[in-house]
Amino acid sequence: MVSPVELERRAYRRGKQNRSTLISVASTVLFAVVVWLSLVGSPGWSRVQTSFFDWPTLVGSFPAVLDGLWLNLKVLVFASIGVLIFGLILALIRTLRSPIFTPLRLLVGGYVDLFRGMPLIIVLYLVGFGIPGLRLEWLGRVPAEVLGTVALILTYSAYVAEVFRAGIEAVHPSQRLAARSLGLTYAQSMRLVVLPQALRKVAPPLMNDFVSLQKDVGLISVLGAVDAVRAAQIEVSHFANFTPYLVAGLCFVVLAIPTVRLTDWISRRLASREQVGGVL
Amino acid sequence: MTEMVLGPQILSVRGLYKAFDERQVLAGVDLEVYRGQIVALIGSSGSGKSTLLRCINLIEQVSDGQIFLNDEDISDPRVNQDQVRRQVGLVFQAYNLFAHLSILQNITLALLKVQKLSKDQANETAMALLERIGLADKAHSYPDKISGGQQQRAAIIRAVALNPALLLLDEVTSALDPELVGEVLELIRELKAQGTSIVMATHELSFARDVADWVVFLDGGVVVEEGPAAEFFGNPQQPRTREFLTRLNSI
Ligand SMILES: Nc1ncnc2c1ncn2[C@@H]1O[C@H](COP(=O)(O)OP(=O)(O)OP(=O)(O)O)[C@@H](O)[C@H]1O
Ligand SMILES: [Mg+2]
Repeated sequence: MVSPVELERRAYRRGKQNRSTLISVASTVLFAVVVWLSLVGSPGWSRVQTSFFDWPTLVGSFPAVLDGLWLNLKVLVFASIGVLIFGLILALIRTLRSPIFTPLRLLVGGYVDLFRGMPLIIVLYLVGFGIPGLRLEWLGRVPAEVLGTVALILTYSAYVAEVFRAGIEAVHPSQRLAARSLGLTYAQSMRLVVLPQALRKVAPPLMNDFVSLQKDVGLISVLGAVDAVRAAQIEVSHFANFTPYLVAGLCFVVLAIPTVRLTDWISRRLASREQVGGVL
Repeated sequence: MTEMVLGPQILSVRGLYKAFDERQVLAGVDLEVYRGQIVALIGSSGSGKSTLLRCINLIEQVSDGQIFLNDEDISDPRVNQDQVRRQVGLVFQAYNLFAHLSILQNITLALLKVQKLSKDQANETAMALLERIGLADKAHSYPDKISGGQQQRAAIIRAVALNPALLLLDEVTSALDPELVGEVLELIRELKAQGTSIVMATHELSFARDVADWVVFLDGGVVVEEGPAAEFFGNPQQPRTREFLTRLNSI
């Protein structure tokens, strides 16, 4: 069925594929060996090893850090949902065209500028110590992790709103016009035509922001919430050894890996679709 | 009229197969193009015209068969694909011009970056071509500021500027209104007069009859019938061809 020429071509392509796989494996191993040798060969290595890579400390501090990580995870879930909703609302307000909405649009513009410029840690302090400082009777005592979540939502919504807005504006105007000419209302064409396409366009940068959020949930520890970072800090003073920090750091990495992989996968899939695109 | 002196062979497609997953789109297509010839590729929508052109331009990897350009097997994975594409120009239906560049810049881009011409030389070449198609005054306009027919002509000129051995045109007129179609067809006629070799997928039967030397009817993944334009349209042999032509003519 298949001609010899094609069979030969396939064999050649397979050979080339194998060769490049081999080369990449070899170069990776070589790189790892060089890094490892220069690390182990450094003069302070044995000291660093005992204070950062101590096995008993690692095992001893793990349960406490893991407990803390559970709090991070909860904060992450609520913050993500909050950021998505609030960010989308901000973006939609910014794309409203009617002059009636000018004040609202300006307000949102100012908000986005403010919170994108302000360091997250300052926002955390302002919210975490400022809101309780108001001594609002009806609010009662708000736990640190809730205040931390609010601060994260405030900051990240500003970023995410800009990503959403870029996506909405990248959808070709003719798409909106086509939707409107079918009789869909502004809101309908936004929800059914523009937003789905916008989301597809900005999925990679959007996911990137959430990966970033994932590790910034560790910052709520500055407000005294006992999350993985704070737990590690406590364990460090308990064991008089820095290994718990490493434990907490690795916990965050493990937490991030699925999202990072998912981001890569989605970006690749979207990219390949763009390439075949409706050019022909 | 039907007999003509053939120049050297530019393109030879032999037993070309192309499948997307399980779907067999081309099932053993043979096609020959000689220098200075215009070959019209006709067939119903989905018959694989675009796919064939994309295979020739190496955008798609063939499933089987061979493609020879100037006697070199370009379907061989060892050939330098960029080198091949420099000899084969491809113009699509729409969205050809780069939106962020002026018409002149669109044309000079490859002249500067691929052919490494000097800026003056590139501009000179481009302006001469624009002059010829009457678009010299639009040289510094951006694509969104000129008409569809002008855009399409500029896109064809952009490919022609590189002096390709073979020009592939994929339904370059189907997104245009009849008046603009005329502009583009006039340009193709002119290119023919200058000896450019062209393979074009088209639904413009009257134009194919007018300008094409050879007409190829693609259906069900194979060449059902081919021949000199006059014979092909005047006296089609296959029932399937007749059916296709009658259906198109009745619209
Ligand atoms: N990348 C792809 N993946 C899967 N199937 C494809 C792909 N490209 C084309 N096809 C299929 O191959 C067939 C031929 O498509 P092609 O675009 O070559 O047709 P065509 O003759 O150019 O049609 P038209 O006249 O409408 O342009 C179609 O059935 C199409 O669905
Ligand atoms: Mg096509």
